[in-house]
Amino acid sequence: MALVLAAENVKETLEMRKALCATLTDLASSREDIVYLDADLYGSSGMKPFAAAFPDRAFNVGIAEANMIGVACGLSAAGKTPFVHSFGPFATRRCFDQIFLSGAYAKNTINVIGSDPGITAAYNGGTHMPFEDIALMRSIPTAVVVEPTDTTMLKSVVRQLADMRGVHYIRLKRKNAITVYDEGTTFQIGKSLTIREGNDVTLIACGIMVAQALEAAQLLHEQGIEARVIDMFTIKPIDEQAIVEAADDTGALVTCENHNVIGGLGSAVAEVVVKHTPVVMEMVGVEDEFGEVGTEDYLRQRFRLNAQHIVEKALKAIARRDA
Amino acid sequence: MNQQQKKEAEIFATQIRIETLKALGHLGFGHLGGALSIADLLSVLYGGEMKLNPQDPAWKDRDYLVCSKGHAGPGVYATLALKGYFPMEELLTINQGGTHLPSHCDRNLTPGIDMTTGSLGQGSSLAVGMALGQRLNHQDNYTYLILGDGEIEEGQVWEAASFAAQKKLGNLIAFVDWNKKQLDGYIKDINDFSNMDERFRAFGWDSFVINGHDVEAISDAIAHAKSNPDQPTCIILDTIKAYGCSFASEIELNHHITISAEQLASGLAELEAHLAKVVAE
Repeated sequence: MALVLAAENVKETLEMRKALCATLTDLASSREDIVYLDADLYGSSGMKPFAAAFPDRAFNVGIAEANMIGVACGLSAAGKTPFVHSFGPFATRRCFDQIFLSGAYAKNTINVIGSDPGITAAYNGGTHMPFEDIALMRSIPTAVVVEPTDTTMLKSVVRQLADMRGVHYIRLKRKNAITVYDEGTTFQIGKSLTIREGNDVTLIACGIMVAQALEAAQLLHEQGIEARVIDMFTIKPIDEQAIVEAADDTGALVTCENHNVIGGLGSAVAEVVVKHTPVVMEMVGVEDEFGEVGTEDYLRQRFRLNAQHIVEKALKAIARRDA
Repeated sequence: MNQQQKKEAEIFATQIRIETLKALGHLGFGHLGGALSIADLLSVLYGGEMKLNPQDPAWKDRDYLVCSKGHAGPGVYATLALKGYFPMEELLTINQGGTHLPSHCDRNLTPGIDMTTGSLGQGSSLAVGMALGQRLNHQDNYTYLILGDGEIEEGQVWEAASFAAQKKLGNLIAFVDWNKKQLDGYIKDINDFSNMDERFRAFGWDSFVINGHDVEAISDAIAHAKSNPDQPTCIILDTIKAYGCSFASEIELNHHITISAEQLASGLAELEAHLAKVVAE
């Protein structure tokens, strides 16, 4: 496993959706089994170039997500490897039974791409803002749940998933991510990446919260506290070994997620911790609320999904551990 | 279908009914009504219409069957056993722990079952995807879809119907088992879909009603559907729930029934008598 961290954590010039489209188009050029389905969101998913390159393997099922999942699963039964997309809540919550039964239970293969996770739904507001999609998808037996951090990781993860059978959920920020990795980094589904070393406290993050956790670690460092930062981009199957080691080494964990604290990354980490190494834990995430409209920056403050809040929780976790 | 083929299809349909009743009678309960009402269709499909190979259930060039009304699984299992997909004795294991024959169809458990179903409506989209996949694979195969009449109350059926017509899936042939009743009562009293052929036509399909217990009519209807390569067809089968088994068809709410030893004996006697009559004709 090689790790090459970006020199600076700045906004990428390449949008995540463009990296996705380029990767799938490249894959499809050598694999006839790759098909793509969208529910009237080609304009949002950025997948028009794929449709132009492979018009016979790109489908727009219209505004009918349940049907899209079923059709994709039927295509899987006929030997295809489908990738399907809608906005996160409509790709998961709206067609959960179809993913559960037509997909996982029937052992069909389907790569579900749910875009605009959590506060990144921004101007689309509460109706389009999934704080529950991780919880839903990880409750499906055998399902794999990933939230890629930046384009370097996304490209690798998509290729790996294309070689796997089963139900996979890709929680995708569509627009520009903050870069964390440089080319040369190797990613393995199910294995987290420790992107900052430290033994005073551990910050375990996924998605847009990885950059916030790195910023928090720097703020803690300025106070003389060395935080370990783990990018837990695979929420299921979760990297138990990394969690147990972090619990043993630091005795204080803070999870950071752009999701409800009920059922998401925090819950998944807690399930490991209580079984193996009960230690102090704090969670940064949405505190059982619905989403609402606004810019991503506004919503980051509104739901306290920021570095300052991570620092507070880290200090609290350390104090509880040392009490 | 010539007279000999018709006779063979009627014999096969009756054998399917007998084996279905024996299996559910052994269990003492089950979805007998909706399994018996499609026996004539299953006879025509598995008696010669479908491309299949019981020795190689996963044969790549087979036609697909999606029994979307998954609770009719026992009728399909009886058909598959009679075709030699697995030993007849296995029919007596339906619903027992560890069985290969669960209450609802499961493609990962039963040789010859092409798709897992049970959550009503989902088989429609799955069948559309399978038919689309056959086309992408340049196969000249068909996907057959069996829907319940109550099942088409599910909105997903209509999402799938719309998309199948949009994609001109002439290799998709659907059937609605119009046995008039759902779990809680008569369709017309709950959510009336009595004009279902009109509804399918409005969604861009060819659709018409036939006698679902007439094997010749079923065979002709499938031939008609196959003559139309650019449009999916939905054949509405006018049927009687639990057809051929009077004790069960006379029960008004016969979606899921208990079956006593006496009922089993009377049902088998009736079906065996019918079989002897058809054989003698």
